Amino acid sequence: MLHIYCPHCEEYREEEEFRPKGEAHIARPKAPEETDDAAWGDYLFFRKNPRGVHHEQWLHAAGCRKFFNVTRHTVSYEILETYKVGQQPTARTTDKGGAK
Amino acid sequence: MQRYSGFGLLKHGLSHHENWQRAWRNPEPKSKYDVIIVGGGGHGLATAYYLAREHGITNVAVVEKGWLGGGNTARNTTIVRSNYLWGEAAWLYEHAMKLWEGLSQDLNYNVMFSQRGVMNLGHTLQDMRDIHRRVNANRLNGIDGEVLDVRQIQELVPIMDCSRSTRYPVLGASWQPRGGVARHDAVAWGFARGADARGVDLLQQTEVTGIRESGGRVLGVETTRGFIAADTVGVVAAGNSSVIAKMAGLRLPLESHPLQALVSEPLKPVLDTVVMSNHVHGYVSQSDKGDLVIGAGIDGYNGYGQRGSYPTIEHTLQAIVELFPMFSRVRMNRQWGGIVDTTPDACPIISATPVGGLFFNCGWGTGGFKATPGSGHVFAATLAAGKAHPLAAPFTIDRFISGKLIDEHGAAGVAH
Amino acid sequence: MSQRNRLDHGGRVDRSRPLRFTFNGVAYQGYAGDTLASALLANGIDVVNRSFKYSRPRGIVAAGAEEPNAIFQLGASEAAQVPNVRATQQALYDGLVATSTNGWPNVERDLMGVVGELGGRFMPPGFYYKTFMAPAAMWPKYEKVIRKAAGLGRSPKERDPDIYDHVNRHCDVLVVGAGPAGLAAALAAGRSGARVILCDEQEEMGGSLLDSREQIDGRPAPEWGAAVLAELAAMPEVLTLSRTTANGCHDHNFVTLHERRTEHLADTAPTFGGRRQVRARLHRVRAARVVLATGTHERPLVYAHNDVPGNMVAGAISTYIRRYAVAPGRRLVLSTTNDHAYRAALDWHGAGREVVAIVDARDNPNGDLVSEARALGIRVITGAAVIETRGKKRVTAALVAPIDPVGFRVRGPVEEISCDTVASSGGYSPVVHLAAHTGARPEWRDDILGFVPGKVRGMIPAGGVNGRMALAEALADGVEAGTRALSEAGFKPGGVMLPQVPRVREGRAVALYQVPHVKPAMRAPKQFVDQQNDVTAAGIELATREGFESIEHVKRYTGMGFGTDQGKLGNINAMAIAARCLKQTIPDTGTTVFRPNYTPITFGAIAGRHCREFFDPRRYTALHAWHVEHGAKFEEVGQWMRPWYYPRGNETMDEAVQRECRAVREGVGILDASTLGKIEIQGKDAREFLGRLYTNPWAKLTVGKCRYGLMCKDDGMVMDDGVTACLGENHFHMTTTTGGAAAVLDWLELWHQTEWPELEVYFNSVTDHWAAMAINGPNARKLLAELTDIDLANERFGFMDWCAGTVAGVPARVFRISFTGELSYEINVQANHAMHVWEALFEKGGKYGLTPYGTETMHVLRAEKGFIIVGQDTDGSVTPEDLGMQWCVGYKKPFSWIGRRALSRPDTKRGDRKQLVGLKPRDPRLVLQEGAQIVLERQIRIPMPMVGHVTSSYFSPTLGHGFALALVKGGSQRIGQTVYLPMPDGKVHEAEVVSPVFYDSKGDRQNV
Repeated sequence: MLHIYCPHCEEYREEEEFRPKGEAHIARPKAPEETDDAAWGDYLFFRKNPRGVHHEQWLHAAGCRKFFNVTRHTVSYEILETYKVGQQPTARTTDKGGAK
Repeated sequence: MQRYSGFGLLKHGLSHHENWQRAWRNPEPKSKYDVIIVGGGGHGLATAYYLAREHGITNVAVVEKGWLGGGNTARNTTIVRSNYLWGEAAWLYEHAMKLWEGLSQDLNYNVMFSQRGVMNLGHTLQDMRDIHRRVNANRLNGIDGEVLDVRQIQELVPIMDCSRSTRYPVLGASWQPRGGVARHDAVAWGFARGADARGVDLLQQTEVTGIRESGGRVLGVETTRGFIAADTVGVVAAGNSSVIAKMAGLRLPLESHPLQALVSEPLKPVLDTVVMSNHVHGYVSQSDKGDLVIGAGIDGYNGYGQRGSYPTIEHTLQAIVELFPMFSRVRMNRQWGGIVDTTPDACPIISATPVGGLFFNCGWGTGGFKATPGSGHVFAATLAAGKAHPLAAPFTIDRFISGKLIDEHGAAGVAH
Repeated sequence: MSQRNRLDHGGRVDRSRPLRFTFNGVAYQGYAGDTLASALLANGIDVVNRSFKYSRPRGIVAAGAEEPNAIFQLGASEAAQVPNVRATQQALYDGLVATSTNGWPNVERDLMGVVGELGGRFMPPGFYYKTFMAPAAMWPKYEKVIRKAAGLGRSPKERDPDIYDHVNRHCDVLVVGAGPAGLAAALAAGRSGARVILCDEQEEMGGSLLDSREQIDGRPAPEWGAAVLAELAAMPEVLTLSRTTANGCHDHNFVTLHERRTEHLADTAPTFGGRRQVRARLHRVRAARVVLATGTHERPLVYAHNDVPGNMVAGAISTYIRRYAVAPGRRLVLSTTNDHAYRAALDWHGAGREVVAIVDARDNPNGDLVSEARALGIRVITGAAVIETRGKKRVTAALVAPIDPVGFRVRGPVEEISCDTVASSGGYSPVVHLAAHTGARPEWRDDILGFVPGKVRGMIPAGGVNGRMALAEALADGVEAGTRALSEAGFKPGGVMLPQVPRVREGRAVALYQVPHVKPAMRAPKQFVDQQNDVTAAGIELATREGFESIEHVKRYTGMGFGTDQGKLGNINAMAIAARCLKQTIPDTGTTVFRPNYTPITFGAIAGRHCREFFDPRRYTALHAWHVEHGAKFEEVGQWMRPWYYPRGNETMDEAVQRECRAVREGVGILDASTLGKIEIQGKDAREFLGRLYTNPWAKLTVGKCRYGLMCKDDGMVMDDGVTACLGENHFHMTTTTGGAAAVLDWLELWHQTEWPELEVYFNSVTDHWAAMAINGPNARKLLAELTDIDLANERFGFMDWCAGTVAGVPARVFRISFTGELSYEINVQANHAMHVWEALFEKGGKYGLTPYGTETMHVLRAEKGFIIVGQDTDGSVTPEDLGMQWCVGYKKPFSWIGRRALSRPDTKRGDRKQLVGLKPRDPRLVLQEGAQIVLERQIRIPMPMVGHVTSSYFSPTLGHGFALALVKGGSQRIGQTVYLPMPDGKVHEAEVVSPVFYDSKGDRQNV
């Protein structure tokens, strides 16, 4: 069970208080009607899904009800940082298969 | 290939089992193959087997970073059924079911496919509407199924608490008699042995580190044992599909999540069917060895760690004890996790890609094991022909652009 | 009742408290302080079980969690049955009833044993993959036989009478294991004031100290341990938990501790003060630091017939003698690779029994214990090992031969030595399990011939598990680990003096796992690696010959390590054998992965109290008591209990629903609508926000007005609907579906917080704050007029208006909205006032025929009007256009609202999508089945293309016939066509496709 620091409550709380909400930093296209089908499909469904460092949204559902972001390693499950929506992470996304 | 039989066992017993042949070779990679399968799990091995058996394509390598059948094939709850809602999904899984029904004989390897019936419980009125809808659709698709009332459920599973005093009383169930369980490891080994015997090279401990391509066509794969060329590359890497896709510069509509399971200590036979409940979230069957094999839910976060969170296990066992109060004194022996690659519509992707000769077969989510022979069979046909097998055709990546999803999540929760 | 193996002095049992127990129906006696295993050994019971594959007689091998054979069925009554109890970990209590799990008719005379003996050689690992295939139809019959033969104990047949609970705990330092290292660590941490939890799986804390022969700080080791425990017990921040197993270690130092609170007392929890005690408690611990002091498991040697009762691991001999005052035999042969195991022989000798020989695999053993043994006149045979034992149900002799461990061969003549007990020791494996649970791979150390824990953040191994096995080293390592843990947790070290232990000089051990036999491994008599699963060395060799080269393949092919002991005795031996066969090293061969649990724990303990009414909270409205009192039947909707219908007298459901329907259409009915989700939305951008989330426009909705809205996901699929009222310019009251309330609130927050934080808008769930009562029917106005100060005239309070006022004297918001198509008012009052208002309505309502109705009637009435229920008439693949609700889609809204863009994708633009229609069955009495599939031809052929399905279907007393809503491919173009509905019983129903609005299509009735 993950131990998550809520940047709004400024405390560590148990995972049971939170709900994971998927990849972070996916911006809704500003002009949807001008976005082609492929780009719209990409926004809706396609994900980085890295085997490594991942930026993801969590909701402090049974706490302050705030969304925030977590930088977490998807293999070790180590949490590198948590930060508020609108802030940028310090750790970059990595992916074991990322080298090309 | 050395044929297996009861007589063979007797013969080898008398010679102290010193003359058994290897089930498969451990070959050095060739420099080039007609087809490379990335991923030596059940689906990959089945693909290789059917490429050789059905299409005569034997210059094939299966490239596996660990050991054969070491991913989700080794980590699932072994349930086999084909009672899916939508035609596209149902036909694919039923195709698999038909292959399951002759698989031990076809492979000359007893995969212990046990058609003891699969029961999906309904606990709310909406569950029952969905069950009727699904069973009606199954029957018109030629798939066995019926709707059971509580009395019929109780006859099949007398130990289940079907009283009104549970939190979500059982109202009915769907029942697929041809569904059941199989010995998961044996499936991988049987396909591996069959593929090897037909000339397929099974390259274990060989990790793909890159996809080489030129002019929009795949040339082969970079591996920890060097570059291996191929005209066609089929990626069957389940939870690691996104990682391989990224090597080819592709994005997939996938998320890899932990999916946990657990077993009890071995018990004398006590449960003769597979019981599944989506609503209270517990799946249980009893293996031939006597363990209660129990599936837990998916953890909501992305994870490649082959482990999930403890509350998920707690919740699952709460559901099991709720359904089977007598199991409260039974002990859980071991838990584990797999990495399931989930798609937005809970249906797989069997698809060509923008890179010529590069195909993906992934996104099976929680439904992979039951599809193993069918998945391999249609993917082999797809690789052999260079275009989708008719049963695979609806499962292209393009559906996530066009919107033509095949939503198998089932109906949303009841809402008034 | 004789305890013929009981020593008359020593041990930690209480001879003044004899306890009776039965094993396989025979009565025996033991003492308080015994385990079931020690009591059986005291009584000279050799055969305790039969092995599951070969039905071989098996005895007790070990003294702890690693025991593979002594697995019993416990319990004196049906409900108290406990399968698969490990006798070495079960305290004896008075009246204990145990039976062997295998053996027919009993363990002594087992008929299957004959089969095992004769057929054993034809049942190599994986034999079942190679046979039972022909004819295919026979497999189910074979399988039945296999299933019957497999399994250990049996499940109880009755409901568990016991309760289990959970405690959440936080601590600075969790110490797992209360042996020397654990005690030293806990003391170091505890003295600094840190919050410490010390747990140990055994009945008594102290671990190896309890059977130690050594002195600490000048007194016997057990006394030192007791003093430390006393000091810890007096520390307010220290919690000590015996009988408590750390069974699983999860991410970020979350450890589950399973405390067996009553299993040492009886088979069901005793009552205390009239209340049943908790049988087991699961502590869910979040620890800043974990000190892993789990010690080691001794490895037995793998030699031929090493499973005959009387073969034991050496350390167990010392434990039984020194802790339980039981010498489990008369004449001992010890086969060892190391000095430490000599203790078994010395303790045996000290108990006045004969040590026939010590067989040491090393050529020149020379440690202090070796000298001590020699000084006692014990015969020490060097450079040799026990290669086989004789005997069927008890060892009668050991075959000893000089061996070459490296060359893996016997290098001299075999000597048969008469004895009844063979103890063996192949070294000590650190108990790394918990460290491996979160994925850390153990690391091999050649110097200790074992795997030590891989690195885990926040976990510090100490003592034996860390390769520091000698007592002095373990204590020092414990102090160091405790000190490190507390300082990493932010405390100042308190200073603990290092306990002083006289050094015992030990020689280096030799690496030996499988003992060579005069015959090659494949032909030698069975050499067991995993006794519980009947896995032999030859089996492992065969697996590698067949190409199962990964240790995971070996494990899965042979079944090695899959037992309830999870291979605690056999795993390393199996790896060593696989390594030998594959001509590679043990670290190259690698380990299998350990998973929770360390030892099995009950489902009940993991489930805790969260069953039945605590499985999921059940939510009741403020009016629930009234519904119960008035005979309502209930429907589960989400977590809510909603009245489904209110039968009167002997009414069937159909009769009740028809009566309720008529009452609403002809008089007035009332529905408890409190379960609908309610969200207050405020802020200057609230209106803009609604316009972005709902499909329809909200810009012009004025104060006092209500509007129906549809909500989609950004893929264009309908996710929820409901009516939202404008309470003030910047203030709205949103309602959602009952089941969707929480998800909708999350949804609103998601978009606001992550996408449009610049909008000033606030959301608050008020579902529970307001009770809602919907009065529907032609008499609704008359009824309400009697109780309210609101002017109900249609001109001033029209359809889709809302007004504030009082109802029955309490403040209320009244919404003139209708889910039935009738004149309708939804009265919202504070939940605390609900019963008062409801009863006041009934007081006045009699003369208008006021009738309570439930969800079923609500469904019928709304379906007559073609109103959808999200989740029933939609399934996540339905767009607003599919529902024919273009009137509710704001195509011209300036902001591209959630879901809009997706509606123009190729698949959502198709004209032949499934669309909502009505169905009118040809047979007017027929109610189509909800979930029935729709086809276009009467003639059924399989497979048959389906064009849709029935989503809602009822009998309408108002219309006088059955009717249904359905999603049908291209349905809007099929009005007037006939479709067919094939049923499982072979009947094919016929229906006409019609408009989904069956009643009052102009909406006159709700506007009166």
